[in-house]
Amino acid sequence: MLELALKGDKKYWGWIIALLAFIGVGFAVYLKQLDFGLGITGMSRDVSWGFYIAQFTFLVGVAAGGVMVVLPKYLHDYKAFGKITILGEFLAIAAVTMCLLFIIADLGQPMRAFNVILYPTPGSVLFWDMIVLNGYLFLNIVIGWNVLEAERNNIHYPKWVKPLIFTSIVWAPAIHTVTAFLYCGLPGRGFWLTAILAPRFLASAFAAGPALLILLCLIIRKVTKFDPGKEQIQSLAKIVTYAIILNMFFFLCEVFVVFYSRIPSHMSHLQYLFFGLHGHGALVPWMWTAMIFMGTSIVLLVIPATRKHEGVLAFSCVILFIGAWIDKGLGMISGGFVPNPLHHVTEYVPTIPEILITLGIYAIGLLVLTILFKVAVNVKEEVGGLKDSCESC
Amino acid sequence: MYDKNKIVAGLVIFIAIVTFPFWYNLGNASSAPEPKLSEKAKVAKECVMPKESIKSEHMQVLDLWRDTVVRDANRIYKSGSGKTFNMSLSTGEESCMGCHESKAEFCDKCHNYASVNPYCWDCHIAPKEKPKENK
Amino acid sequence: MENSRRSFLKVAGITALGVGTKPVLNVFASSGGHVEEPKPEVSKNEKALTAKKWGMVIDTRKFHSAEDLEPIIDACHKIHNIPELPEPRHKIMWLWEDEYKHVFTHREHELVNDRIKHLPFLVLCNHCEKPACVRACPTKATFKRDDGIVLMDFHRCIGCRFCMAACPYGSRSFNFRDPRPFIKEENKEFPTRMKGVVEKCNFCAERLAVGKLPACVEASNGAITVGDLDDPESEVRELLRTNYTIRRKPDLGAGPSVYYIV
Repeated sequence: MLELALKGDKKYWGWIIALLAFIGVGFAVYLKQLDFGLGITGMSRDVSWGFYIAQFTFLVGVAAGGVMVVLPKYLHDYKAFGKITILGEFLAIAAVTMCLLFIIADLGQPMRAFNVILYPTPGSVLFWDMIVLNGYLFLNIVIGWNVLEAERNNIHYPKWVKPLIFTSIVWAPAIHTVTAFLYCGLPGRGFWLTAILAPRFLASAFAAGPALLILLCLIIRKVTKFDPGKEQIQSLAKIVTYAIILNMFFFLCEVFVVFYSRIPSHMSHLQYLFFGLHGHGALVPWMWTAMIFMGTSIVLLVIPATRKHEGVLAFSCVILFIGAWIDKGLGMISGGFVPNPLHHVTEYVPTIPEILITLGIYAIGLLVLTILFKVAVNVKEEVGGLKDSCESC
Repeated sequence: MYDKNKIVAGLVIFIAIVTFPFWYNLGNASSAPEPKLSEKAKVAKECVMPKESIKSEHMQVLDLWRDTVVRDANRIYKSGSGKTFNMSLSTGEESCMGCHESKAEFCDKCHNYASVNPYCWDCHIAPKEKPKENK
Repeated sequence: MENSRRSFLKVAGITALGVGTKPVLNVFASSGGHVEEPKPEVSKNEKALTAKKWGMVIDTRKFHSAEDLEPIIDACHKIHNIPELPEPRHKIMWLWEDEYKHVFTHREHELVNDRIKHLPFLVLCNHCEKPACVRACPTKATFKRDDGIVLMDFHRCIGCRFCMAACPYGSRSFNFRDPRPFIKEENKEFPTRMKGVVEKCNFCAERLAVGKLPACVEASNGAITVGDLDDPESEVRELLRTNYTIRRKPDLGAGPSVYYIV
């Protein structure tokens, strides 16, 4: 089926070449990082995880979000989603690929990455994270490919795929829960030391992931002959609505606990993020932007008239996605490190090389996504005439 | 067969690239070098293991030693013949480099020939090379 | 080039592991084999200082200003080849000083007496009883020895920095770049580090192994004492019995082994 990705018009190839250019630049800068060390990033002794790990965290969420189209289809037999489950699965593949690349980019000694397998340490959450991420990648590749191939041949997918699908439905929340456990089990990091962290991660994941899917569906409808469908997009929009409301609710729970208890080691991180601490406040405008964006998207999504208007819906999804990205991809990680355990404030700002490597990895993810979506959409176009019969699968 | 010429041309280029190291080095073959023993090592006569075992297994020995020293805190090695050594690559008189005083003459000779570049020396400090005596 | 070779070696090493290490393991095996040639043995140095559970007591009453701490920090950093890096964010510290309110964040109050308020305190790895860093490490590159010392295996560290996030005391540093060019005087008796690995105080394990006290203890004129916390007769236990001592963040339950007399 992969050969479908080799036939495209000028726009398609232009897009691919643009992505390859970003990948090339990112890779060149990565070679520089390999040579010099992680010193080319803005990370420090105090903020020892930065942009890479933050993007990783955010993208685990996007990957897990893919399950929001798989689950209604297979657990509730919601047939409409049958048309777009493959998009959710392929989005997950691209997102997990990026996650793994961000972890590699963040390692001080990437040549030794295999030590995690050579000296397995079940007590370490990172060990489990490696297992769940690779497992999720594997599951989605196998499931996505087999289901799509069956659809192309107009047959039912093999029986053994079904248990894998159910596994992947359980597996998706697991990847983000384990990722949250990376942070929330650490003593002395008050910002993360909260049981609501994993639920918060999941809520923001189930908002940002499907929001991205909605946008991708709208793009697909515009640039291809395949229409993911009005009903499908509206159903996704409802999922996004509830998830973003839950995300906001969980966050406000956290805000209440922290500011009512007034325990400094928990409170100072939120103070730093939203008001600045000891004269440092690089993230303050970002965090408020995130809140305003997420808040506005809630209003626009809750009101049926605005949700049903696809232009407004697209706008809501864009600001929601940006808001969730700032919240997790900027604030969540460095916010946990500022102030440090000795209550010193060292701020973190990513450097240009760091951003170029990040863009390179995002370009790889988009390339994977483009190729997979191209294949999927072409198959859908091929069997277009049989559109309705597909619902029997 | 479609595109016969293209396929054949491609194959030829592929084989040429794959065999590049062989024909590039044709006629340049040199014999394997022998590491040069320092005076100190010659006097000592014996090492931690017989010469042949060291030749073939020194990487594994060093790997095992570093675990033994760092993780189990066992730093003294008593060889089969009863001689004791300080299990260290580069620190102290009884370490590897304490006896094999020249990294260039002892380690690098073979490593360069075999084109291996172990990262020992990223951390371990090699003994200062003595200026070469003119004979 | 160097890197690709390295990764090749790594893979080659992994493949060789099954076959290659067998003879070496045989050499180390204690039982069986030929009668004539005794097997090689590994052991500790007879002079090595040992304890069931190492601990440290710092008598802060003997310090008055930052100058008093300087020679101690210097001694530690010199023998362990700690670099002096130009960028503050790349800083590497094993032993350093800070104010009371930063060191004892859970005990800080505005009206603390003048001496304590302005006194610099020594800060180092606490060699915790239940170290969060060891729990976090995905490769066991950082581990707790039976005698309580928490160590780093620089050969194994992959540089993920999970331990740095886990440590509630900020005791760990990362090599953001090759430290070699920034070491003023290299101490040949101790290795340097390479870029991309985490490091921290090692309780001078290399000195204990040859019967020497930690460098900071030697340089402290009796202000720092180390010994066996499990031995009621030890000097540290005597100090703990006769003086009021505090530890950093005891409420986290990590069980620091460094005590401060204030």
